[in-house]
Amino acid sequence: MPESSPVSPLAPLSGQVMIEMEAVHKWYGTFHVLKDINLTVQKGERIVICGPSGSGKSTTIRCINRLEEYQRGRIVVDGHELSNDVKQIEQIRREVGMVFQHFNLFPHLTVLENCVLAPIWVRKLPRKQAEDIAMRYLERVKIPEQAKKYPGQLSGGQQQRVAIARSLCMNPKIMLFDEPTSALDPEMIKEVLDTMVTLAEDGMTMLCVTHEMGFAKTVAHRVIFMDGGEIIEQNAPQEFFTNPRSERTRLFLSQILHH
Amino acid sequence: MSATHVPHPDLPPPSSTIGALGWLRRNLFSSPLNVALTVLAVYLLAISLPPMLRWALFDATWSGDSREACTANSGACWIFIKVHFGQFMYGFYPEAQRWRVDAVVLLLIIGAAPLFISSVSNPLKVRLGLGLLLLYPLLAFMLLHGGLFGLTPVDTRQWGGLLLTLVIAGVGMTAALPLGVLLALGRRSKMPAIQTLCVTFIEFWRGVPLITVLFMSSVMLPLFLPTGMNFDKLLRALIGVTLFQAAYMAEVVRGGLQAIPKGQVEAAAALGLGYWKTMALIVLPQALKLVIPGIVNTFIALFKDTSLVLIIGLFDLMNIVHSATTNPAWLGFSTEGYVFAAAVYWLFCFSMSHYSQSLEKRLHTGHKR
Repeated sequence: MPESSPVSPLAPLSGQVMIEMEAVHKWYGTFHVLKDINLTVQKGERIVICGPSGSGKSTTIRCINRLEEYQRGRIVVDGHELSNDVKQIEQIRREVGMVFQHFNLFPHLTVLENCVLAPIWVRKLPRKQAEDIAMRYLERVKIPEQAKKYPGQLSGGQQQRVAIARSLCMNPKIMLFDEPTSALDPEMIKEVLDTMVTLAEDGMTMLCVTHEMGFAKTVAHRVIFMDGGEIIEQNAPQEFFTNPRSERTRLFLSQILHH
Repeated sequence: MSATHVPHPDLPPPSSTIGALGWLRRNLFSSPLNVALTVLAVYLLAISLPPMLRWALFDATWSGDSREACTANSGACWIFIKVHFGQFMYGFYPEAQRWRVDAVVLLLIIGAAPLFISSVSNPLKVRLGLGLLLLYPLLAFMLLHGGLFGLTPVDTRQWGGLLLTLVIAGVGMTAALPLGVLLALGRRSKMPAIQTLCVTFIEFWRGVPLITVLFMSSVMLPLFLPTGMNFDKLLRALIGVTLFQAAYMAEVVRGGLQAIPKGQVEAAAALGLGYWKTMALIVLPQALKLVIPGIVNTFIALFKDTSLVLIIGLFDLMNIVHSATTNPAWLGFSTEGYVFAAAVYWLFCFSMSHYSQSLEKRLHTGHKR
């Protein structure tokens, strides 16, 4: 991944709001994990969230597709406000793809079956059409030849690319990445990041929790730093890395960049 | 100066570790204790096997049709089994109607055969299996019970022997598994009412002996029913056995559900799948596969527990063999009778166990590399 040239010139965004988080608070029991999270994400915008472990990064993006409940505030995704209505939550999840740290592929199904499952059972596509779409995305993540294998037969990097293809098969409007390279061997990180870069080139709205600062520099419109359940600082990558405003951010950056 | 690395060539393993000799070394003579155990096992076989074979095979009487034929030989009198064979298989089912029982068995074999052929595609197998599950019990009941299409009615009181054992075990298994799955899901439900209901059900049925359940179903239940209202004794036994085994099955299935990582449910949810689809497509296929040994264990226990229906006067295989040994004309042949019954039970249980092992191997996709 060339670090010097950004993927696409950061063209002015359309201004259409995709995700709106307003004063979101969350508690685990008495532990206050998210404190007053305010975040607006525009269509086509790419955001990288970083911060020390336990800072609430994952929890924040997991609130967006309601894998986590929150107790206060509101979240609007693509014009629909999240509520407790199960049907409505399922509706929103169809439009929001998610990639997990541990891939979470379905081990009892082949790669192709993993990819066609949701299009067939949720989108009600005919099997043939779903398989065509799945093969197209497997080609895009460069593993069409593994379609008939089971996840357990693939390497970590290949599994993560399948997981990305599986999400894309639902044709989502937003992609959430929850530390997608943290469980991978160093050799495999690049292949997954490359896949994410091509996705960014297509103008996908992306929220990535990651510590890959090279990726943040090339791809992100905005980098957000979280600590202790709060958003400490957010800025364009150039500004963020060269001229961090808060002392906490500077400390964090010095820890992850110089070792 | 740069040295090129030459990879070390692959060498064959030492000859003592491969082939028959290697196997013997590894498995039978690997340590002094192992040598001692091997010698002991061979000795025990040498003293116990010959007399057993002599009794069951070489000195046994095979031909003839009365007990007098057996007096000449010191071994087993298999004529006892031969004479009672029809009774052991069909119970008191009228002889002229026994073809109906054969037809029911034949239908099952024909219907289920495609499920065991590997070239039949999985979706087709699922459809076929579900169809069989819905249609076959009806068909089997109509044929066995009769009363329709000019078939002579045969009351369930006349059903017996292996037929009755298979009816109780078959109904028990096919009904207990789905019910157990529902109970297990219910027990893990987030809704307190459903959870309490399932926990109460499971703990109640697991806490009482099956013999008590059967006894109450046939003795106490009629006391609570209005006079004149009575339903079939076999049906009551079937319900008792099913509910009892469903409670056990629920706990087995719950063990499997707990072993499925949370990430699987989250991935399914993130794709927009609802609760029932997540369970049916993602969680249960993995959970049930994990607990195949437990499920088959419960099935085998159920199969053998059917013999307890003798307490309410049903003549299953065990009870009918027992009653034949008390027949005054054939006294003194109870060993042959019980050995035969044991062999039949063993054959069915071993087949189930064997099938479950092949199923486990076939469904294993997890860590295959």
